[in-house]
Amino acid sequence: MGAVIVFPWMFTVWMSAFDWKIGTEAHFVGLENYVKLFTNRRFLESVGHTAYFTALAVVVPLVLGTVAALIFHREFPFRGALRAIFTMPMMATPVAVALVWTMMFHPQQGVLNYLLSLVGLPPSLWVYSPTLVIPSLVLVEIWHWTPLVMLIVLGGLAALPTEPYESARLDGATEWQLFRFITLPLVAPFLVVAAVIRTIDAVKAFDTIYVISQGGPGTASETINLYLYLQAFAFYNIGNASAVVVVFFAIILALALLLLHVRQRTKWAAG
Amino acid sequence: MADHDHDVSATRRRLLQAGAGAAALGALPGAGQLAAHAQGAFDWKKYKGEKIEVFLVKSPRGDLLTKFHKEFEDLTGITVGSEMVPEQQQRQKAVIEFNSGNPSFDVIALSYHVQKRQFAKNNWLTDLRPMLNDKSMTSPDLDFADFAKGGLFYAVEPDGRVMSLPLNLDPWVVYYNKELFDAKGIAYPKTFAEMMDAAAKLNDPSKGVSGFVGRGLKNANVPVWTSFLLGYGGGFIDAGGKLTTDTPAAIDAAKMYQTLMSKYGPQGVAGYNWNESQSLFLQGKAAMWLDGIGFAQPLEDPTKSRVVGKVGYGVMPAGPKQQVSALFADGEGVSTYSKKKGPAWFYLQWASNKANQTRMLQAAAGAPVRTSAYAAAQASSDFKAPKQWVDCMLASAAIAQPGLPVIAPVTEFRDVFGVALTNMINGADPAGELKKATAEFQPVLDKSEKA
Repeated sequence: MGAVIVFPWMFTVWMSAFDWKIGTEAHFVGLENYVKLFTNRRFLESVGHTAYFTALAVVVPLVLGTVAALIFHREFPFRGALRAIFTMPMMATPVAVALVWTMMFHPQQGVLNYLLSLVGLPPSLWVYSPTLVIPSLVLVEIWHWTPLVMLIVLGGLAALPTEPYESARLDGATEWQLFRFITLPLVAPFLVVAAVIRTIDAVKAFDTIYVISQGGPGTASETINLYLYLQAFAFYNIGNASAVVVVFFAIILALALLLLHVRQRTKWAAG
Repeated sequence: MADHDHDVSATRRRLLQAGAGAAALGALPGAGQLAAHAQGAFDWKKYKGEKIEVFLVKSPRGDLLTKFHKEFEDLTGITVGSEMVPEQQQRQKAVIEFNSGNPSFDVIALSYHVQKRQFAKNNWLTDLRPMLNDKSMTSPDLDFADFAKGGLFYAVEPDGRVMSLPLNLDPWVVYYNKELFDAKGIAYPKTFAEMMDAAAKLNDPSKGVSGFVGRGLKNANVPVWTSFLLGYGGGFIDAGGKLTTDTPAAIDAAKMYQTLMSKYGPQGVAGYNWNESQSLFLQGKAAMWLDGIGFAQPLEDPTKSRVVGKVGYGVMPAGPKQQVSALFADGEGVSTYSKKKGPAWFYLQWASNKANQTRMLQAAAGAPVRTSAYAAAQASSDFKAPKQWVDCMLASAAIAQPGLPVIAPVTEFRDVFGVALTNMINGADPAGELKKATAEFQPVLDKSEKA
């Protein structure tokens, strides 16, 4: 524990108090790296991009995954086979997925614009446009990770008791009422688990973004992680990068605590 | 001895031509000193039984050298252990290993435009002059008169130290689609003004044809702008260490970049790197493509290209002030921490010898720095590159200047100015963006030069 978690962590905090670029002398600067960070437009923008990306990459798969779970929970022919096919994206390697999507996004030669043209829609610039790049990257995340949400929710649905449904039906409840007042509250703890996993994954997303857009065009999809990578491994600004890590860690910690709190509340509500 | 003296004077002359300046003259030992150093004839087997480690970049050139390591081992009796990793990772690993003070390699491949200043500032490479001027250490095959000027400029420090041997040149050229040019009766442009004009005339969005294509992706896009910058007579840094990247020349170059890319470039060009540009050109959908010279092979490959036999290889048109081809290059040096500098130096000489340089050209793995390789390769029957490509290469090398400033934080330079250029494609004002980028990068440069 000490060697692999506590020491690197303390060391990172220590390094964040230095102005050190690999190959030069390190100078102690106290909190200066943090002050600079919070006045750095590019870093602040990267925080915004991360929040935007995370919000979309959590909410959309959560909704679609729940819908998919509800569908696959019902009995219909070939359900097993279709379920297996639906979960396949999850098993693909992120970098390979990203490379394939990069080709599909290509504005002139990509298949996505071809598909748009088939239904009579104008071509889109996808990841080549500063305004569309984040939603387009989220599209990859959705394709890749909706099955995970579905599996978690499906697990929740399988464990549901049948009695509440039977008595509600006797009382004349509609399908929507069944879902809203019985299914949703009962699977809520599972949804929170899915949300926690998705949030952590989305906040730390790197491979997809790095491969597809490298944070671009310009800095339009530069998340905290990409900014951090540049500072640490392209510019070798170790002090500055360490400060980013510390701030990033604080953000993740705050998010995790918030989600755990929500989870406790749903448990109490369910109990 | 007469031959040897001739070699030395040739070496010295070339070094001076390479921009080494008067310092090189003082720093290079004279012939008298050389005689004192001489310890008998050169023998490739001198270090028989030794073992060296080389650290290469995964590329067609790295692959080619590795393939022929056996030849070096047979020639010298020195065993070679080699590691090859992708460019980006090689650069990171090099920094980390050198910083440890005990790198695992004796020989390292370097990209001059990224690593030269960084390695020089930190004294990570060995000055090769003592070995270069020792008759028993340097093969008569090593003749600097045969090395292109641009390559030597990169290999030699301003104070005359020779830190590496250059292997490959990458001058920027204009690939153009002859069929599209001929269809509209347009001649290959000789000046920037003609280039803009040609792009405007050839741009035909209704047919999906772009008049011009090049890199728009940040970082990768900077050499496109600097190609214009040099032609406008601009530079990067003045004698006082101040950036000159917001001068009128720089702004004119940026405006040219902005117009060519946003008006005559394909949709989404702000996200294009060389590979997207290449695929557009391969499809016959771009009239001109400005990039490094190393793309002839895919362009002339019938399985990949729809423009085989229709590609023109043009020397960069002349700007209002001068005609310049932005140059990039790579080479190999000996680690200053190496305990086997002699065998490592032998490896460098072998890697840059005529046979390997000719092979490199024949395999289309790069553009050799040794001029004799071109004649040798063309003489062989299996040489497939078009003659115009060879001519373009030689003409470009003759007017080449470094395409990026030779500074340590070059990656940051590319990043900061790359973002500015991408913003311009998306409509931002060139003067304003350059001013902002210059103000942002100046402190980084000051700090790096002070350190």
